[in-house]
Amino acid sequence: MVSLVEHLPILIVVLSLLSAITILIAGWIHRRTAWFISLGTLLFQFISSLFILEYVLTRGSIRYRLGGWVPPWGIEYVMDPLNSYVLIILLFLALICLLYSKKNIEHELPEKVVSFYTVYQLLITGLCGIVVTGDIFNMYVFIEIASLSAYALIASRGKIALRASFTYLVLGSIGACFFLLGIGFLYAITGSLNMHDLSLLLPPFYKNRVVIAAFAFILVGLSIKMALFPLHTWLPDAHAFAPSEISAMLSGIIIEVSTYAFIRVAFSVFTPPFLGLFPILEILSWLAAIAILFGSVLAITQRNLKRMLAYSSVANMGYIVLALGLSLSATTPPWGGLNPALMHILNHALMKGCLFLAAGGFIYKAELWDIDQFYQLGKKMPYTCAAFVIAALSMIGIPPSVGFVSKLYIILASIEAKQFFFVAVLLLSSLLNLIYFWRVIETMYMKTQGEEGHEPSSYSKHEIPMGMLIPIWILSSLCILMGIFWLAKIPMPILDRVNLLFGLFQKP
Amino acid sequence: MEWFLAKIFAKYNYWVFILLMLIGFYGIVAKENLIKKILGLNIFQTAIFLYFISLGAVKGGTAPIVDETIIQKGYIYTNPLPHVLILTAIVVSVATTAVALSLVIRMHREYGTIEESEIIEKSLREPPHGENSKPGT
Repeated sequence: MVSLVEHLPILIVVLSLLSAITILIAGWIHRRTAWFISLGTLLFQFISSLFILEYVLTRGSIRYRLGGWVPPWGIEYVMDPLNSYVLIILLFLALICLLYSKKNIEHELPEKVVSFYTVYQLLITGLCGIVVTGDIFNMYVFIEIASLSAYALIASRGKIALRASFTYLVLGSIGACFFLLGIGFLYAITGSLNMHDLSLLLPPFYKNRVVIAAFAFILVGLSIKMALFPLHTWLPDAHAFAPSEISAMLSGIIIEVSTYAFIRVAFSVFTPPFLGLFPILEILSWLAAIAILFGSVLAITQRNLKRMLAYSSVANMGYIVLALGLSLSATTPPWGGLNPALMHILNHALMKGCLFLAAGGFIYKAELWDIDQFYQLGKKMPYTCAAFVIAALSMIGIPPSVGFVSKLYIILASIEAKQFFFVAVLLLSSLLNLIYFWRVIETMYMKTQGEEGHEPSSYSKHEIPMGMLIPIWILSSLCILMGIFWLAKIPMPILDRVNLLFGLFQKP
Repeated sequence: MEWFLAKIFAKYNYWVFILLMLIGFYGIVAKENLIKKILGLNIFQTAIFLYFISLGAVKGGTAPIVDETIIQKGYIYTNPLPHVLILTAIVVSVATTAVALSLVIRMHREYGTIEESEIIEKSLREPPHGENSKPGT
């Protein structure tokens, strides 16, 4: 008997797409319905993603054939431990951001509520599609759906955000074109687009120059999407001037899902033996080390809080890619293989989501964009500031927060790989994190007056509404709770299954 | 010389696609005018589409319509799959262009120009707030 769960991967994508259209029509009649439809869809998606994970862990991967066509010809959706894990993170943060946006969007974009939720659902459709698909061309299409919605959402605040969005659009399209060209090269060699089929057909051609070129194009294309160091230039402006929940989504999910796409292509299509043939992962880890230092140093120089967090995202993508780069050389559980990279994908989503939503709270209540305007904020908005501080301490890496666990595991992995330079980079970056977050915390709690004789502005002394405060607090308490869970190794079975999937752990 | 000609002309489709791609890339990087940048992007995308289409071509191949009489005459078909892929990619490209053009329209309304340097100059003068922000309220 075919279980209902086997149909959930396609339902997640299709229902999200249909709800985007429903929101547009229902919102045209009565615009308050938009948020509720979106909430209902996302709740359904989130709960189904939990069912999928349970099913995948107990009964093995789900393979769903679209339209009943047999895989190498038809499109196939594949759910294995890796993408069910990413799917849960993605839908959880999307749900939190949706809860937050009810009040915030009515304040920030009062005339565009309906179109905001329509495009938001399209974004979720694209992201879910990237995660569930098992067909590489289908992945390209979903990457473009997600990116196009992201361009529109970033631009929604107008003015300077338009320029940020245009830069992202041009760079993102070039990235997607490179990805498409890489797919073209792979198709020219193998005549297949199914990821599983490609991984079986490719091994005889690993030394072929076309295959190497294909990998290079896909790597560069996805590096633009995931804002890896020299290709991160679109990120700071896009993060800083988007509505806050979109900043949180961009930083916590969109670039992470692009990283997932890269992991999927590198490990599922090309497989570890190919990665071992060339110093690809070494180059990636060195780039990531530069990204960590560069992002942290530039974060220190920023005055705008959201821009500072954006540069911090560049540094955090560096952590994920560094962990990815070490995944073949460190093979001892629990820190070997893909574990640290996947852990940091979740941890970064929690921390950066919380920080961006809190930063959005300051903008919502008092239009505070710059760090030096934050004096006495600790007294005026105590709960938001406290949540911000917890997430900031987690970024710095205070035990037992999630940031500490990520850094610990990446450091252990680099010690096993005998890359002591990376250990130094990670410790130095913690110090730099401390500098730039301490500056914010100090201004919030200790300064009584702004520098350069700023007039104490007349903003109200109230907290942000509960509807915004609760999502922020869920994320900030998870920053601690999840850290304890990781240290107690509760979610480890999922990650172990991922590593088994790619054969990354040594057999004991 | 013969070797050279063989390299160029035997695989001219690849040369054309690389040339077009570089022209498009030049347009994206070097042009100040945002509309010209979008045109550059379109040329860049089209180059990749042409590569896919040329990939599907089979020498002497006919249109891929399955028909008994054609098979009996011994004709071969071109590969239809790249065409289908590119049909999808063209839709993506059109959507990208539409979003890009609407962004340019909005920018023209805000800043009164579509030259990138002038927009940067004007946007640096304003504080980094969105359109709904009321400083100090």
